[in-house]
Amino acid sequence: MKEVKTPSKLEKILNAGHLAVTSECGPPRGSDPNVIINKAKMVKDHVDAINITDNQTSVTRLCSIASCIHLKLMGLEPVLQMVTRDRNRIAIQSDILGAASFDINNILCISGDHQKFGDNPKGQNVFDLDSMQLIQTVRYMRDEGKFLGGDDIDRPPRMFVGAAANPFADPFEIRVPRLAKKIAAGAEFIQTQCIYNVEKFKLWMKLARDRGLHKKVYILAGVTPLKSAGMAKYMRNRVPGMDVPEQVVKRMSGVPKDKQPEEGLEICIETIQQLKEEEGVAGFHIMAIEWEEKVPEIVEKSGLYPRPRIN
Amino acid sequence: MIVAKQKPLEEIIEELQDYTKILVAGCNECVTVCEAGGKKETAILASSLRMYFLNQGKDVKIDEVTLERQCDHEYLEEIRKVIGSYEAILSLACGVGVQFMAEKYFSVPVFPGVDTCFMGVTEERGVWSERCQGCGQCILARTAGICPVSRCAKRLLNGPCGGSTKGKCEIDKELDCAWQIIIDRLKELGKLEQYEQLSPIKDWSTERAGGPRKITREDIRQ
Ligand code: SF4
Ligand code: SF4
Repeated sequence: MKEVKTPSKLEKILNAGHLAVTSECGPPRGSDPNVIINKAKMVKDHVDAINITDNQTSVTRLCSIASCIHLKLMGLEPVLQMVTRDRNRIAIQSDILGAASFDINNILCISGDHQKFGDNPKGQNVFDLDSMQLIQTVRYMRDEGKFLGGDDIDRPPRMFVGAAANPFADPFEIRVPRLAKKIAAGAEFIQTQCIYNVEKFKLWMKLARDRGLHKKVYILAGVTPLKSAGMAKYMRNRVPGMDVPEQVVKRMSGVPKDKQPEEGLEICIETIQQLKEEEGVAGFHIMAIEWEEKVPEIVEKSGLYPRPRIN
Repeated sequence: MIVAKQKPLEEIIEELQDYTKILVAGCNECVTVCEAGGKKETAILASSLRMYFLNQGKDVKIDEVTLERQCDHEYLEEIRKVIGSYEAILSLACGVGVQFMAEKYFSVPVFPGVDTCFMGVTEERGVWSERCQGCGQCILARTAGICPVSRCAKRLLNGPCGGSTKGKCEIDKELDCAWQIIIDRLKELGKLEQYEQLSPIKDWSTERAGGPRKITREDIRQ
């Protein structure tokens, strides 16, 4: 067991050697807190922590920090996603402190989709830092107790620091070096892009293991249940960096429309079951996009229930 | 060079509605190379404007001149003698030239005839693309000579992002992913291990963020 560095429940569970389960909730396009609260209620007993996305796909939504606070008020464990697209280093450090003031103990550092994909394609982007530099920033604030400018922080943030990894983006040969780079920057856990191409993911894991990276970082394998053959095709054709193999599309198209959601869940559960045995997979990140009610079923049928109790 | 493209004729006409004596001023440098505001474009635009005003039944005098450069006093001074006979100048130089003209001939209305776009190269005749954003602290030594500041859609200093697909950028299937090129170059140079060196947080104060920039060299100043 490594030494636990933060009060994060997610860190404790991983550190104790359990397969962790995280999920994610996208905030609403409005100010109704019940949307986030209700989504969280659907998954809360079946996951260890809940990611809150940060204006995902650059579509303006209720902010990630406020959503995380709603989860904290419910006694749940949020993972604050933070993109560098919308904030300069002043706002980033300030938001980290704001989140820390509510004892939000997990952060996922990402650069974010380009604003071109969202509802404000004519807006500016910031990218003062990139995702690696955001990881470094949080670690610096936490471990050194200092601002980037060098001044001391009174009550530094105590966050377990995560990063995203996409084993399926190009060029493939630098996908493991990139993981190594994120670890060198200070990433402590990784949540991957949704896995449909299990073989390719396993190859990536093997290359990571060859370098001993699985011992330096907790890798949570990302999965998203497909709702329909249409969704499979859309993800294959339209979502950059997404790898949906032909056989998955075929399998989804091969069943009648009303049975497709069931098939999608089945594929998702099979993926988890296969990867549970994969050395170096420390847990699962289940992104059931606008389908949060299915998370309990996925977790139970994958044999990941009940969740460990840790304080 | 600085790459620009000519504004739509309607927009230019709109700018010039109130004037009857107009000088169209081209520039012999960058805008000539990118075929937006050189001698040829100046001549064509001037005759289009003449035609338009003639059709409108308006008596508008349109003259043309193409200066060696509009970003140097020396060449801009060449029109001082005649400037008094015009009510407005339409400059086909880049935004730099338009402004220098406006600063020099302070009481004369000056309008831009082109949209100034970027610093870039001629990939082939008719195709120009961006290469530099003048960040004031060049990092090309670390990135195999390819600039992620100007050519990565997210300016990632530690790319590529998860959206890089088959060598193309996530924002546009026609756009090369800068980081794919950086990696290909590193490989070619036998320096792929350099990829794992973390690029530190950049000092953006030498870029636009630091406010308008100025270089003064006392050693050559007169
Ligand atoms: S690093 Fe800066 S100076 Fe160098 S090419 Fe890129 S933008 Fe230009
Ligand atoms: S795909 Fe490549 S160029 Fe486009 S944002 Fe990502 S790293 Fe930058």
